[in-house]
Amino acid sequence: MADFLQQVVSGLATGSIYASLALALVLIHRSTQVINFAQGEMATFTTYIAWTLVDRGASYWLAFALTLVAAFVGGVALERVIIRPVERASILTIVMVTIGLLVALNGAMGWIWSPELKSFPSPFPNRGVDVGGVTISLQDVGVLGVTVVVVALLYVFFRYTKLGLAMRAAAVAPDASRLAGVRVSWMLALGWGLAAVLGAVSGMMVAPSVFLEPNMMQVVVIYAFAAAVLGGINSPVGAIVGGLAIGVTINLIGTYADFLGPELNLPVALLILLAVLLVRPSGLFDRVVVQRV
Amino acid sequence: MAGRRLAVRLAGLGLAVAVVALLPRLISEYRAFQLTYVGIYFIAILGLNILTGYSGQISLGHGAFMALGAYTTAVLTFHAGWRDLWTIPVAGLVAGAAGFLFGFPALRFSGVYLALATFAVAVATPSVLKRFPGLTGGSGGLVLDLPVAPFGLPLSPSDWLYYLTWAIALVLLTAAWLLLRGRVGRAFRAIRSSEVAAVSSGVNLAAYKTFAFGVSAAYAGVAGSLLAIAIAFVNPDTFPVSLSILILTGAVVGGLGALVGVAIGALFIEFLPIYAADVSNQAPAVIYGVVLIAVMFLLPTGAAGLLRRLLFPVTRRL
Amino acid sequence: MALLELRDVHARYGQITALRGISLAVEEGQVVAILGANGAGKTTTLRAVSGTVRRSGQILFGGRSIGRRGPEDVARLGIAHVPEGRGTFAELSVWDNLRMGAYIRRDRGVKDDFQRMLTYFPWLEERRDQDAGTLSGGEQQMLALARALVARPKLLLLDEPSLGLAPLVVREFFGIVRTLNEEEGLTVLVVEQNATIALAAAQQAYVLEVGEVAVAGTSDELAANESVRRSYLGY
Repeated sequence: MADFLQQVVSGLATGSIYASLALALVLIHRSTQVINFAQGEMATFTTYIAWTLVDRGASYWLAFALTLVAAFVGGVALERVIIRPVERASILTIVMVTIGLLVALNGAMGWIWSPELKSFPSPFPNRGVDVGGVTISLQDVGVLGVTVVVVALLYVFFRYTKLGLAMRAAAVAPDASRLAGVRVSWMLALGWGLAAVLGAVSGMMVAPSVFLEPNMMQVVVIYAFAAAVLGGINSPVGAIVGGLAIGVTINLIGTYADFLGPELNLPVALLILLAVLLVRPSGLFDRVVVQRV
Repeated sequence: MAGRRLAVRLAGLGLAVAVVALLPRLISEYRAFQLTYVGIYFIAILGLNILTGYSGQISLGHGAFMALGAYTTAVLTFHAGWRDLWTIPVAGLVAGAAGFLFGFPALRFSGVYLALATFAVAVATPSVLKRFPGLTGGSGGLVLDLPVAPFGLPLSPSDWLYYLTWAIALVLLTAAWLLLRGRVGRAFRAIRSSEVAAVSSGVNLAAYKTFAFGVSAAYAGVAGSLLAIAIAFVNPDTFPVSLSILILTGAVVGGLGALVGVAIGALFIEFLPIYAADVSNQAPAVIYGVVLIAVMFLLPTGAAGLLRRLLFPVTRRL
Repeated sequence: MALLELRDVHARYGQITALRGISLAVEEGQVVAILGANGAGKTTTLRAVSGTVRRSGQILFGGRSIGRRGPEDVARLGIAHVPEGRGTFAELSVWDNLRMGAYIRRDRGVKDDFQRMLTYFPWLEERRDQDAGTLSGGEQQMLALARALVARPKLLLLDEPSLGLAPLVVREFFGIVRTLNEEEGLTVLVVEQNATIALAAAQQAYVLEVGEVAVAGTSDELAANESVRRSYLGY
């Protein structure tokens, strides 16, 4: 039982990483109907920035904060420069552009930082804490905690601030928003900025346990896609629940069904993704109706 | 008018065939090998073009179908002792069947979701291949015999591969052309521009879409098979997600929805890394990415679109 | 100087020309109605003012030319457009809809205006957290009006507010508009198919036909006009 709880907590921690990235995907999709295939590479890129700052002597949390700022600016810039010109183009075009971004970022990372594995520091102590007979890793608690704080801040932002309200409005009703005086285009750019911040958090939380290398997030992003789709591609709550659920499920499967082997974690997530898309494309929490011809 | 256009196209094709046939005499063996790769990419891009360019279904997972074809060939030669040549059509069929089957659930996904699903398949492929070492040789992969020309033809392995690949490419190109100029092609184009409109015109959406997936996957399977034969080796890392993206890049640069640019796309993805590698080891990927984005901005119709614009004034004068 | 002036305004949707040289004026403190059959260009006229359609010609608001401005700018200049179909943010709560109305305001009087809205539409309080899309048509129309008013506009544009509403609700709505006009001097330009109620609420009216102004005058004049009565008032 204690083992089970431990695995659940551990699963929640990894799940929160998926949830963060899934939330980023949902944020972008809600406002621009774009599935940003480059979300993972953007997250890795910002993690590399953090690594560079730490390497140059910055304290962890300073590097963390600066990276979030850099991520925000980068996200806004990417939307303005690369996405805005093709905003109204076909889905195919936009998908290709984000794929192009994925490829370019991936290559750029290898070019700037070399593809060698790098280790990334964790701000949380590497030991366990005894809670009622269950050993819980502080690392897991830390990761979960950071994600909770970031998500909570975002929630407050969207719910209670004017700008957050305008972004929500622009996402669901851009024409009506314009009539209310909202500069919808900029709201979309802000959405990308915030999504990049979420990605950066996700990247920095996962990097200590896997090594930092250009392809680091490729697998995480699949889990995040699965989580976003599972929860409903337009539902932030869904993304979080989906991410946590997948994190716990994968962890439990890995522990209790080891005949599957670790290589099948990803295909299992893939199967979940495909199954959800088949059975209930709008996900668990979303209300969007899928066009069926 | 249409007759003249056809004549120009056939003349162009004839010229191309002649060039392809004579090239190995004129260039080094290494270059010929590179051009074999171009041929392999040509076939894969052709397949992807049928799916994405013509029937409008985005696939980011064609590397997986190539892997399927490659491993079919490898398994048949390694475990069952088949002659490599005969495995090619089998590889095509196996991949085609897989594609066709995938086409069914794919019907339920629209646009981006399909891209997502196929992307996930591409990322997961190496993992799945590693899981069954008994069959696939796991991470170590499988080794094949070097290709030898059959029936004692006096061709070096490299030449044999070259002609085999390009002969198959020609056959598949012709098949694609015939397929696409008829009713099937029209149905595909209708589906691409508007599914709702296509259905209301009586197009059986499910049949055509799954068919497109099947054909497209079969082409990729053949390409994969040839790849396995060419390198005489397969392992899971031969088929990372970047291969799928590579094929897609080739299709986009060549021009989606047109056959005439496929060769350009194939040449592009084979030779760009070589020239870009002069800058740095990692530069090619950045350049690919940037080119992909630039093409979508400036020239969404790819090289084919450009060619059409250039050639049209010419053909009118004829 | 009229608060709003249109001079020879043209507008098109692709190949179709919707407005062929509209000229009209709205004085401050007036309620002006635009009447006409379907497709006459009434909605397009409002869209031309708010910048949600491509238009040419002169559009002056408080003497300033706004013919080149987009909707975000026009809203910030003090024009509130309640479009056809109300433009409700269906997925946001009632309260969030109201807050959206106040988006462009930077002063502190917003809270008072929310209170004012609650006096006009007391039911808003109990439905604060409800999704606006679940309100009835009439309630959504009222909400749209409240939202527009919270912006403290200098000019209110109303596009077919009576559409799909029960007569009682329509009367209530226009009653509120009239009160606002009389007590607070709110300037309103309203497009309506229901000519009777529009003429009752307005001082000035224009009748559009195929993208042009066919008849113009005070509402009394138009109500007395034989052809207007036959075509638009039904008697």
